[in-house]
Amino acid sequence: MTKIGVLGLQGAVREHVRSIEENGAEAVVVKWPEQLEDIDGLILPGGESTTMRRLIDRYGFMEPLRQFGESGRPMFGTCAGLILLASDIVGYDEPHLGLMNIKVERNSFGRQKESFEADLSIKDVAENYNAVFIRAPHIVSAGEGTEVLAECDGRIVAARDRHYLGCSFHPELTDDHRIARYFIDMANEAKASLAKA
Amino acid sequence: MNTGTDRVKRGMAEMQKGGVIMDVVNAEQAKIAEEAGAVAVMALERVPSDIRAAGGVARMADPRIVEEVMNAVTIPVMAKARIGHIVEARVLEAMGVDYLDESEVLTPADEEFHLLKSEFTVPFVCGCRDLGEAARRIGEGASMLRTKGEPGTGNIVEAVRHIRKVNAQVRKLVHMNDDEIMTEAKLLGAPFEVLLQIKKEGRLPVVNFAAGGVATPADAALMMELGADGVFVGSGIFKSDNPAKFARAIVEATTHYQDYKLIAELSKELGEPMKGLEISKIAPESRMQERGW
Repeated sequence: MTKIGVLGLQGAVREHVRSIEENGAEAVVVKWPEQLEDIDGLILPGGESTTMRRLIDRYGFMEPLRQFGESGRPMFGTCAGLILLASDIVGYDEPHLGLMNIKVERNSFGRQKESFEADLSIKDVAENYNAVFIRAPHIVSAGEGTEVLAECDGRIVAARDRHYLGCSFHPELTDDHRIARYFIDMANEAKASLAKA
Repeated sequence: MNTGTDRVKRGMAEMQKGGVIMDVVNAEQAKIAEEAGAVAVMALERVPSDIRAAGGVARMADPRIVEEVMNAVTIPVMAKARIGHIVEARVLEAMGVDYLDESEVLTPADEEFHLLKSEFTVPFVCGCRDLGEAARRIGEGASMLRTKGEPGTGNIVEAVRHIRKVNAQVRKLVHMNDDEIMTEAKLLGAPFEVLLQIKKEGRLPVVNFAAGGVATPADAALMMELGADGVFVGSGIFKSDNPAKFARAIVEATTHYQDYKLIAELSKELGEPMKGLEISKIAPESRMQERGW
């Protein structure tokens, strides 16, 4: 069975586990770097990106996470996870993992009282998708080769760059598990092609 | 686009799970908290142990302090309003505070009615000692719960009592027959619909953090072990000898609450934690947990 990890340092871990399981895949909560070895894909959940970064550094996750991405296994970042994946963050000199070719801006829709729900069309995933945005970042620009999957109010909110998937909203907070399905399919494809190689 | 929906308000609290929310009284402390890995800070004029020592009426913090903290960090900023004080809550909401705590740490403005939190766009966290109190606050629109514990004491015993009570009552409810729930609602003084929902989902519909007496990394890990979704630390951090180190230790103990060797390492040479208070030495009328209903 496809094994999908959820980085379990802080944030909406339980909800991602649920949407992986709803799609019939196996979910693993990843609390230590060694656990990255036997999973086919990794979700970086929503939470507080500054907190997650501190814990990533503390437990020596930085290099193992980069190597995981560079091995060709898919990674999916939601909200804070998207910020961790991005190659460029507005107002910061250095990115976190810097794996996905996008530029993001933190808290770009405002503070919590401006947090919202909106209906989106997400390419290859859903025509009508209810997305939950919480103190959300947005993708300021998609780099070369990065495909824009969804926009909200003229801002890019979901994109795919090779085996990296990212969105600025929280698919794990609703009962619509179609994005998790899309990511599990990415992991299956990668698993098959890495096995051939 | 819809703002202030239940999903958006409760979702905000979901993002804080597994994290530590720290009380701070100025920008400098807020930065130490953020640097240590706090998921949010609670902007206050005085931490609970100082409120307890100062006596008198404790009110919403000076908006200047709240503003200073909001400008200092990028993590969410919470603030406390007095129980039932509609205007303090509206003022903090207007300032753009990310989360409000309708808190028994402050002197209640209303001894009969809590805020109708569903009317606000900003989400609220409220304290609870049992399932009845938890369900009443959810019924009024709270998007997050926390144990009341006994704030500013550095004594974990009340927070332990409260989380065990709520979780035991949830377990009991989940195993009840549907035709028994109305009577349970009557006994608990809880809204029937909220109890039905808890039974259906098998758990509280909002996250429940620990608060009120967490003084050491081991205390934080204990509350996680007992089923808390995360931890509030009030007086514990900035009343300790080395706040930065102490704050980091609490964050790590919360993340890895079952890694006892790690907690042992974290707990070494932390210096003196805040001096604790024995609950029986506090007159019942001075116990903050008795405020609200």
